[in-house]
Amino acid sequence: MKITFPHMGYLNIPLRSFFNNLGQEVIEPPAINQHTINLGTRYAPEFACLPLKINIGNFIQAAELGANTIVMAGGIGPCRFGYYAQVQREILADLGINMDMIVLEPPQGGWKLLLRGLRRLTGKVSLLAIFEAGAIAWAKLKALDQLAQRVYSIRAQEISRGSTNRIWKQILTHIDGANDLKAVQKAADCGYALLQGIKTQPHKEMLKVGLVGEIYTVLEPAVNLGLEEVLGSMGVEVVRSIYLSEWVITNLVLHTFYLRDDREHYQLAAPYLDHFVGGHGIESISNTVKYARAGMDGVIHVAPLTCMPEIVAKTILPGVSLGENIPVLTLMLDEHSAEAGILTRLEAFCELLWQRKRMPKVRRQQNKTEMELSRGKLSVAGISGH
Amino acid sequence: MLVKIGIPRALLYYHYFPLWECFWGHLGLEVITSPPTDKSVLDRGVIAAAPETCLPVKVYYGHVLALAKAVDYLFVPRIISAQKGTYICPKFMGLPNMIKHSGYDLPPLISPTLDTNRGKKSWQRAHIQAAQGLGYNKKKALTAWRYANYRLRLYREKLQQKRTPLEFLNHDHSLPRSFTSPTILLLGHPYNLFDEFTNMNLIRQLYQYGYQIITPEMLSPVIIEREATQLPKHLFWSLGRTILGTAFHCLKNSPVVGVIHLTSFGCGPDSLVGELLERRVNKLSNLPFLLLTLDEHTGEGGLITRLEAFLDMIEWRRSS
Ligand code: SF4
Repeated sequence: MKITFPHMGYLNIPLRSFFNNLGQEVIEPPAINQHTINLGTRYAPEFACLPLKINIGNFIQAAELGANTIVMAGGIGPCRFGYYAQVQREILADLGINMDMIVLEPPQGGWKLLLRGLRRLTGKVSLLAIFEAGAIAWAKLKALDQLAQRVYSIRAQEISRGSTNRIWKQILTHIDGANDLKAVQKAADCGYALLQGIKTQPHKEMLKVGLVGEIYTVLEPAVNLGLEEVLGSMGVEVVRSIYLSEWVITNLVLHTFYLRDDREHYQLAAPYLDHFVGGHGIESISNTVKYARAGMDGVIHVAPLTCMPEIVAKTILPGVSLGENIPVLTLMLDEHSAEAGILTRLEAFCELLWQRKRMPKVRRQQNKTEMELSRGKLSVAGISGH
Repeated sequence: MLVKIGIPRALLYYHYFPLWECFWGHLGLEVITSPPTDKSVLDRGVIAAAPETCLPVKVYYGHVLALAKAVDYLFVPRIISAQKGTYICPKFMGLPNMIKHSGYDLPPLISPTLDTNRGKKSWQRAHIQAAQGLGYNKKKALTAWRYANYRLRLYREKLQQKRTPLEFLNHDHSLPRSFTSPTILLLGHPYNLFDEFTNMNLIRQLYQYGYQIITPEMLSPVIIEREATQLPKHLFWSLGRTILGTAFHCLKNSPVVGVIHLTSFGCGPDSLVGELLERRVNKLSNLPFLLLTLDEHTGEGGLITRLEAFLDMIEWRRSS
């Protein structure tokens, strides 16, 4: 069995470690590139969302390298993700690529399905070994998430452009190379030390911008056109709303044991959106409210172009923007999104944020009322989503 | 003066209008529907909705705006699910919030949450609560609900006699009916199939070309459901289940001569369901298949050209 899986941010590092420690051979798809996107666009349904298309590209490229088994997550709707695997399987089969697909359905869809999938992966490996492999993968994911958080603030203050990115690449390699829990810890410590060593301007005035939206678009730089890096290089500190390790805890662990507590999200979102709409729709709203109340300068909302939950969120966000007095920029991305266009919009958005930041508080309030008065077709201070 | 409640002629109007008309009518409200979609309704919807939204939701906005000045309340239900273990579409789940935050001056919305996943009686409970919210007592609301439900059942039975909602909702009896002409399987969401403006009179055109149609509404849900369970994984969009279930049944059991899938630009569920459908139709049969995608720019000329090419193909296959 030669296992492969779709890319999503740095998820490949913990996943590969997990499968390798179970004694499985892993053949990762090459990092997402233009060819991946082209393959996906060619063979996936035209109106499918971008993640599905890129998955297809990943699988085809991995098959070329010799992979024969795909590991995918499932879902129970209403977002399309839950039916990806079934459609992808048919597309690949019709292309003559006959790969085995192991779909890990979430426990809400029934424990039997999940266990069956897991069992196929683990084969005859002992429970203890599975547990150990899981613990190491988990440690890697957590370490990366925590380091990434530091990276955002340091990148915005770095003196020599690109120094943080270089260090981040090193960190990824170190964590990737760690073989046991101790080594992961050591690699993480070393990562912090390296980050500490980057020369920064500690008192530099920065913008603080929240990043909300659909999970894949938020996490995969190849899809969001390296948003975090671009913003960082503009001197913007990014606060990311989704970390995979947190996502795993709430969605897989707590949810399964009925301990999941979404009350905060629902409460924050309630004045604007008072019902679950699938995916991260409600979180996009609640996090925007949260960031506004925490005094952040702006929010960037990203999603694949036809994403249904995020279209709901996008439609409602102008209202949130007015109600909470925070500028919001929505970027809906697809395979045609051009870097140049996005860059111009980001620059214009940051320009607006700087103007607001330098405006005295009183004026800002006034500005808000003016905005409300001139509210025809909703667009906030000239910035709407499209 | 009677209190006026407005029901937009869009989205699941085509499945549930008799229910809602009877329910609110029985309670003594005046039920007002927006006029059939026309250019001005569409244009207003396109301006009001986010550009990424699918055509049917844009059309819904247009109907809401057409009613806004004429009614005291707008009935914009939040339809989560009409069948256990399924959803309609995320956009339906957020619809009342989207409408409310559209920035227009609208009458108060009546938005019961209809979700069969929360129990069989969820629709009943939600409607009764909505009526109570307007000051009607529970008993009266329950009676109204029973009548309404009965009306809905009758409506569905009539549809299953190979009739289209156009006859009952638009009182349009001009469609020629014939039981001998060749049958085309016409699949799609009801608001695409029966909005004659956005689909440019597709059904009428097919009749005029000498075909009859079969749509999912004409089959019993039991049959559809039985077929849909053959999918490799439980499909969690009910409209998609209906499309695939109908297709599986008709490909096996009825003498259809071609398949049309009518979908809207940017429809999320259909992007996957349509893909499965096309692949299955090609595997299970050698019938001609036509995918028609509607958006606000679809021109009638283009549609007719494609339709004619498709019908030629059917005739060619039938004669050879
Ligand atoms: S099912 Fe498709 S057409 Fe209907 S509302 Fe959802 S995305 Fe739009």
